Amino acid sequence: MGKQIGVSWLALLALVWLQASAHAAEPIRIGAIFSVTGPASFLGEPERNTAKMLEEDFNKAGGLLGRKVEVTVYDDESDATKAVTAVDRLIKRDRVVAVIGPSTSGSTLAIVPKVEEAKLPLISCAAAKKIVEPVKRWVFKTPQSDALAVRKIYQHAKKAGLGKIAVLTASDAFGAAGREELKDVAAQVGMTIVADEVFGPKDTDMTAQLTRIKGTAAQAIVVWGTNPGPAVIARNRVQLKIGLPLYMSHGVASPKFIELAGPENAEGILLPAGRLIAEGQVPAGHPQKAILSNYIKEYESRFKQPTSTFGGYAWDAIMLVAQAVKRAQSAEPAAIRDALEATRGFWGTTGEYNFSAEDHNGLTEEAFVMVRITKGDWELLR
Amino acid sequence: MASPSDLLQYAISGATLGATYGLAGLGFTVIFNTTEIINFAQGEFVMLGGMLAVFAIRWGGLPSALAVPLAIALTTLVGVVTDRLTIRPVRGRSVIVLIIITIGVSIVLRGAAMLLFGKDTYALPGFSGDAPIGFLGASFLPQNLWVGGMTLGTLVAMKLYFDRTISGKAMLACACDRKAASLMGINVDAMVTLSFALSALVGALGGAILAPITLTSYDVGILLGLKGFAACILGGLGNPFGAVAGGVILGVLESLSAGLISSGYKDAVAFVILLTLLFVRPSGLFGRRAADRV
Repeated sequence: MGKQIGVSWLALLALVWLQASAHAAEPIRIGAIFSVTGPASFLGEPERNTAKMLEEDFNKAGGLLGRKVEVTVYDDESDATKAVTAVDRLIKRDRVVAVIGPSTSGSTLAIVPKVEEAKLPLISCAAAKKIVEPVKRWVFKTPQSDALAVRKIYQHAKKAGLGKIAVLTASDAFGAAGREELKDVAAQVGMTIVADEVFGPKDTDMTAQLTRIKGTAAQAIVVWGTNPGPAVIARNRVQLKIGLPLYMSHGVASPKFIELAGPENAEGILLPAGRLIAEGQVPAGHPQKAILSNYIKEYESRFKQPTSTFGGYAWDAIMLVAQAVKRAQSAEPAAIRDALEATRGFWGTTGEYNFSAEDHNGLTEEAFVMVRITKGDWELLR
Repeated sequence: MASPSDLLQYAISGATLGATYGLAGLGFTVIFNTTEIINFAQGEFVMLGGMLAVFAIRWGGLPSALAVPLAIALTTLVGVVTDRLTIRPVRGRSVIVLIIITIGVSIVLRGAAMLLFGKDTYALPGFSGDAPIGFLGASFLPQNLWVGGMTLGTLVAMKLYFDRTISGKAMLACACDRKAASLMGINVDAMVTLSFALSALVGALGGAILAPITLTSYDVGILLGLKGFAACILGGLGNPFGAVAGGVILGVLESLSAGLISSGYKDAVAFVILLTLLFVRPSGLFGRRAADRV
């Protein structure tokens, strides 16, 4: 009898010890939802790659708080419904402490109620202003809002003495959001919109809209859309010999745009962009310089493909979580959230994040630089 | 408000845009004339013409002058294979079954192109440079002349083929009455295959000529197919001249409504006019009223 009790005590002790050690080795689980496939895969693929790269980096350096880091990535196939399924899995089965992504605004807005209810911090990699306005307790985002890009463009136009502008926007979600911002901000900074034209995202000829703009008093044209529409506009404007300064959105800030438009047609186009695309021209003393060159070097040597701004959004989101965990000395969701909101002066690939209770994006228009396309390359303007 | 040179620019833009619709629409008429099938994979033939030409240049390093004919030849082959694998095994079924099959084919072709070529958009260099040509205050690209010229050329060739050659007339006979045609010694199966080959050829030619202006990607076939189909309906289904005229009318309508009314409503304006026209003339502008057998 006594022997039996001794054995069960030993077993119990062993069990307790096993559990304790298991707890110490329990990894910090971060969930991620990216559009790795589907129409938004140009966002999701570099984001997934970046997340996996950072996971490896953390663990090589001994993890966070001495615990391993595990990043679980689900693909929402650019579909908001699948993003909701994925977030359910992350919350209930994987028991993650924070969620990164999704890549698109639609998917993000679809899962916001879920993370709010589960009380999990979410750092979205999607741009829409609605994600963080009004501020939601558990939701943050890393990409710059459209309004910042619009302000940057107007700032530049104003300095060049261009007060009358024509806007030409795509009739999709990105273009429509841009159109609204362009009109709102114009009223605030004293710009006049003299023409307001629209094009279909799949349209193949915009000469009619440009001819119409040509007949107005516009001093500059602002185009808002993603490829291929803006590339067609770049070609059409050369065909029509329109010499007005042409501004485009950050939506075309990729080498693909120059390739599609052709370097001679893209010549002189001005756009706001993150510093990532013109890393070579960022001055050596700039706080982002080292972050950008390290990220680009590591990503390109690992994946043998050029970096994009979008992968940078995921980099920022994960590093923000990592610094929050370190400062909070805890991987509890609530502690991470509080530490995130208290983040000040954190430099990522996109810009300097200063979160607060009122601002869950934390960027200013300084996160953008104006670039000009010169001889098929980006030229950083000062 | 709009100056004469602006109006001319709208007309030129619209006509070249319309020629793209017409060129995409021409292929519909060939298969329809032989089989009464509306081939919804026609847009995909157009896409293949452009994409294969792009990739013959990118992967094969061929000059445009070789890449384009190669792309057209390969697409023609795809047309023949489409008929052999999907249409011939179920011949004799009702036309609606065959039309649904062509929708399936279009999805398969689009998916295959996506896997093979990726989801990016590509540009093809213009055949004779990209320097704009000025004309009475309006301007256009050399490629626009190619589009116009090729559309007219294809149109004339098709007209001659259907009116003047035995095999062209045999094709028309197949559409009129399959049984009678085969009793007259026409090899109906061969004619159907030939019609798929021809329409793939016409579609691919269009796709390759359009790619320098419109850019191309795996999914351009949806829109071009749709607009091409609208052009055919407007002009009268089965009439090659009607397809091109319908395309040009549609293009000019879009361009004028974007220029004079509002670019936000240009598709709406064009389609409202299209619907009104069809309401007045259900068989299209240049279509003959079908005689129903009682």
